[in-house]
Amino acid sequence: MSVLKFASTDQPGRNGLLALVKAKTGQDVLACYQCGKCSAGCPLSSAMDLAPHQVLRAVQLGQRDLVFQSSAIWLCVTCQTCYTRCPQEVDLPKVMDALRSQAIQEKIRPAERTVKVFHDVFLGLVERFGRLYEVGLIGGYNLLARQPLASADLGLPMLTRGKLELIPRRVKDREQIRAIFKRAAELELEEITGQSVAAAPPASVPS
Amino acid sequence: MSTYAYYPGCSLHGTAKEYDRSARLVCQALGLELREVEDWNCCGASSAHMVSHWLALSLPARNLQPVEKMGLETMTVPCAACYARLKDVSCELKDPEVRAKIGRVLGDQVTGRVTVEPLIGTLTTQEILDKAASLIVKPLTGLKVATYYGCLLTRPPKVAQFDDPENPQSMDRLLRTLGSEVVEWYFKTECCGASLPVARTDIVLDLSRKLLAAAKKAGAEAIVTACPMCHSNLDSRQGEIRGRYGDDFKMPIFFFTELLGLALGYPARELLIANHLTDALSLLQGRGLA
Repeated sequence: MSVLKFASTDQPGRNGLLALVKAKTGQDVLACYQCGKCSAGCPLSSAMDLAPHQVLRAVQLGQRDLVFQSSAIWLCVTCQTCYTRCPQEVDLPKVMDALRSQAIQEKIRPAERTVKVFHDVFLGLVERFGRLYEVGLIGGYNLLARQPLASADLGLPMLTRGKLELIPRRVKDREQIRAIFKRAAELELEEITGQSVAAAPPASVPS
Repeated sequence: MSTYAYYPGCSLHGTAKEYDRSARLVCQALGLELREVEDWNCCGASSAHMVSHWLALSLPARNLQPVEKMGLETMTVPCAACYARLKDVSCELKDPEVRAKIGRVLGDQVTGRVTVEPLIGTLTTQEILDKAASLIVKPLTGLKVATYYGCLLTRPPKVAQFDDPENPQSMDRLLRTLGSEVVEWYFKTECCGASLPVARTDIVLDLSRKLLAAAKKAGAEAIVTACPMCHSNLDSRQGEIRGRYGDDFKMPIFFFTELLGLALGYPARELLIANHLTDALSLLQGRGLA
């Protein structure tokens, strides 16, 4: 675990990290008084560079780099143990989701690259087929994560037990699925920039 | 006969086919009609919320729309991860502003009137437990099991609205009804590592090993789950755990519907129990259950 610098570097007002988290999640991170219950119950805290309560402290202090470059935001599996037990009812999984999506928007290099690759491949398949194609998930992951043999020893036993569907199953209305991905991304961007993306006029209008 | 909209989710058409098969069979035996949601899509599960708030709400929301058109009110969901996403959006849809935004992403209006419940909830009402008790053909007498609920069935309690988040009992009641002995252990709602096994196998092996060791120490001969991710992490990784840590648990992992199906008289073959990567048939054969 890291040692936090005990000085606020947060920008005041709506440009600050606290304000960003509040806007994205409705959560008041200042309510956290650092009892550490979240970290005590977290199944992943021993693998994280910042324990969950430290992530909240870093948000309180506006330490953006520390938060966005942490492995914690990528290792959290949102198991909801922390939120269930928090005496101040801070929805930490929601805060983790918001920090991660912000890190992605700001194109910050993820501390857990393979975790991001996994989610990218997963969602790429859902965008394409409407459902998850498990064989494609492992194949795509191994290719992009440059781990050609990952999970390979499970492949044959799973295949012989009928656990692998070799042909992807598809949703009929795949147009709608693709539109959902597109419009969700537009709405996401719109909320960050405060401007409507879908209705925005073209950047340059020929005169 | 009660009729439910049934959302199987992607895992139940792939790595957890035995959960789908056993769920359909036991529901039929217990007089519950399951009608699969028309043209359902992936709920986004463990990945969509990692990257996009609105994608995480809109993907599951699209699956609620057909339910009303099918003339049904309640959707039952076997997968704990799908349940968590579908239940979350059904709660979020109560907010008119959120509902309008989701409608915009879907390109269609969404009402949010559908009730979402986990299959383990559907199958553990007192009425169903009484019915199951009256239909038992092969009691599971003497089978010592640890019930494993995992993270998402009961948490966060405000959303899940199912059972107790720290010490749930519904699966325990079902297994006791079937004649099993349910052991006391402290890992009922601990996390198995969920969606991390591909990208961070090391973490999942560590967490799964702790779970298997705790169940064994508590005297369990098998672990019972209600989640395909939990099942996959515990069932399919025992070989790797042996390779890395030297622990050879040989611990059968069941879906609760498989044990319910056995008690109701379905043969193990029909329930696809041979699909498991860790042998579960030997234990059952030893007890005259398969």
